[in-house]
Amino acid sequence: MMKIKTPRNGRVRRELEKRAPKLVETGKKTLILQGTKTSGILNGVLSEIYHLKKGGAVRFTRKNDNIRPFESGGETSLEFFSLKTDCSIFVYGSHSKKRPNNLVIGRMYDHHVYDLVEVGVENFKSIESFTYDKKMAPRVGSKPFIAFVGEGFENVDELKHLKEVLLDLLRGEVVENINLAGLDRAYVCTAISSNKVYLTHCALRLKKSGTVVPRMELVEVGLSMDLVVRRHRLPNEGLRKEAMRTAKDQPKKKIKNVSSDAIEGTIGKIYIPDQKVGDVALPNKAKGVKRERREAKKKEANERASKKHKEESE
Amino acid sequence: MAMEMEMEMEMESQKPFHVDVGNLLAFNPFRSFPSLPASRDELVKECLQEGTKLVQAVADSLFNLPSTEDVDGPLVKLPPPTSKLPREKHLPKPKPPTKWEEFAKKKGIQNRKKDKVVWDEQTGTWKRRFGYDRVNDDKDIPIIEAKMTDEPGVDPFAKRQDDKKKRVEKQEKNRLQNLKQAAKIGALPSHVQLAATSLPITGTQAPPKKVTKDELGNVAGMAATSTASGGKFDRKLPGEKPAKKQGKHRKFLPVVEGSGIGSREKEQTESVLNKLISKHSHEILNVGKAVTMYNVKKEKKARNKRNQEGKSSSATNKLKPKKQLQKKTGKKGPVSSKKVKAK
Repeated sequence: MMKIKTPRNGRVRRELEKRAPKLVETGKKTLILQGTKTSGILNGVLSEIYHLKKGGAVRFTRKNDNIRPFESGGETSLEFFSLKTDCSIFVYGSHSKKRPNNLVIGRMYDHHVYDLVEVGVENFKSIESFTYDKKMAPRVGSKPFIAFVGEGFENVDELKHLKEVLLDLLRGEVVENINLAGLDRAYVCTAISSNKVYLTHCALRLKKSGTVVPRMELVEVGLSMDLVVRRHRLPNEGLRKEAMRTAKDQPKKKIKNVSSDAIEGTIGKIYIPDQKVGDVALPNKAKGVKRERREAKKKEANERASKKHKEESE
Repeated sequence: MAMEMEMEMEMESQKPFHVDVGNLLAFNPFRSFPSLPASRDELVKECLQEGTKLVQAVADSLFNLPSTEDVDGPLVKLPPPTSKLPREKHLPKPKPPTKWEEFAKKKGIQNRKKDKVVWDEQTGTWKRRFGYDRVNDDKDIPIIEAKMTDEPGVDPFAKRQDDKKKRVEKQEKNRLQNLKQAAKIGALPSHVQLAATSLPITGTQAPPKKVTKDELGNVAGMAATSTASGGKFDRKLPGEKPAKKQGKHRKFLPVVEGSGIGSREKEQTESVLNKLISKHSHEILNVGKAVTMYNVKKEKKARNKRNQEGKSSSATNKLKPKKQLQKKTGKKGPVSSKKVKAK
């Protein structure tokens, strides 16, 4: 026996529709959590990543000892959290003697683990340690420029994978229109050796130049750290093929009340509701101007005048 | 300045950065760091320099796109991103056509748009098509003419309501079937969930009774009394509360009591004997019980009569001694017979 359950609330219904799979996807939400042991540095890293991705990130602060991303059984908790919070990227931090300051960045497909990259954090500098002119600080949620430098990103397998994952993590929402005045941050990742990447976050200063294009100036503003690639797990071929599938562009949705003609071009229809002339409110309904009031006032004034007159005469 | 020019020329020969304007991404695959500069600051500076170049390249293409003026600043329409990234959820599958939709397509039935208000002949007003004050409501029909096909004794108004209920149930069933079909493909609409209700009732079995929390807590204690020591030495689970009535359930009679009519020990032994010795257990009438039942019935009758007539309570006193006499005879009967048998 099956029962049909539908939400009784409009709010719940809208939430469910937001989480439904879409044809064209905009931005993934990030889940930030930690393992049994974390170091001070790692805590700083996690909180700063959360701060940078404020709009689309969820931070869990409790320790989770049953999450081991690289083991076969240790992913169930992660998948459950991903399902509940609707997050498709996760950043899992843990600290141990063998792997100090460990960050596992992973992606999900349909709330199952798709791929993982494990990096170690070195030389971390937090936002507070940078001194800069506060006016230039990038605003929360602005779309960043992302720059990758280094041949390592092309040649080394692990770095290629890391590049893809970092792009997914750092880019914000995928939007069609962007306001050029709101561009104020950039991430620069340089591959300084075959397994090390230097990641830094900078604010942009647009300086006047002769042409339309302003001259860019980068000022280091936010976190900067060295990422040492430790392990990674690529997705299996079948899963990768399925995840990379894109829908062909659907035929454009028919816009209502618009039709196009060869002779006249685009024609639109506007429907105007009936005008109720009798019920329209009069514009200058100032109280003092109403005729009855005016007349009543006049009458009163006359009466008073006549009374005074009478008294005086008496 | 000259050095910078040289460097620029060198860079230009390897200019082709991979620029993805849709993602605001720029990638320079040609820069190599064969030897790391000595100090960290130098490294940082170099990286920033490279970064600036790349960002400049992206900005070049970005600011040259056609822009529209907006309140906050120039608005630019970004091209779609070129670097492919995996999706986070599967592609949505189109909803399969429902059974009605298939039928309509086959027959060529067009969907006609219906108005929200319909002219009602009976009252002469515009009424809703469905809802609160609707057009052909069942309760507004004053008279139903009898047809030849109508059975006598069937209420036509009730029949109309039943028919409507059946139609609604059928529609619900069809809707469920359509949704199940969609769920099988994987194209269930996002706001609908199919949940399994409780298991069906099989035959004459009643649906399993839900045990309350208190009952569940007592179950372990009840089972413990069947052990030899009454559950005293059973290993308890962490968090299990001690049983309500510990030890074996025994009732000890008072030490000193008269051996008269109300002697409980005598009753105890008699009942045990009755159960053990009797051969024709199906013939035995629990005389005591029968007598009590009879007496209670009689008392009730008399009470009712008394309530109707409004007599005093002296009648009850009259009944009591009678009862005792009868009991005495009842008890003596089987006991005496047994004594005879034993001998």
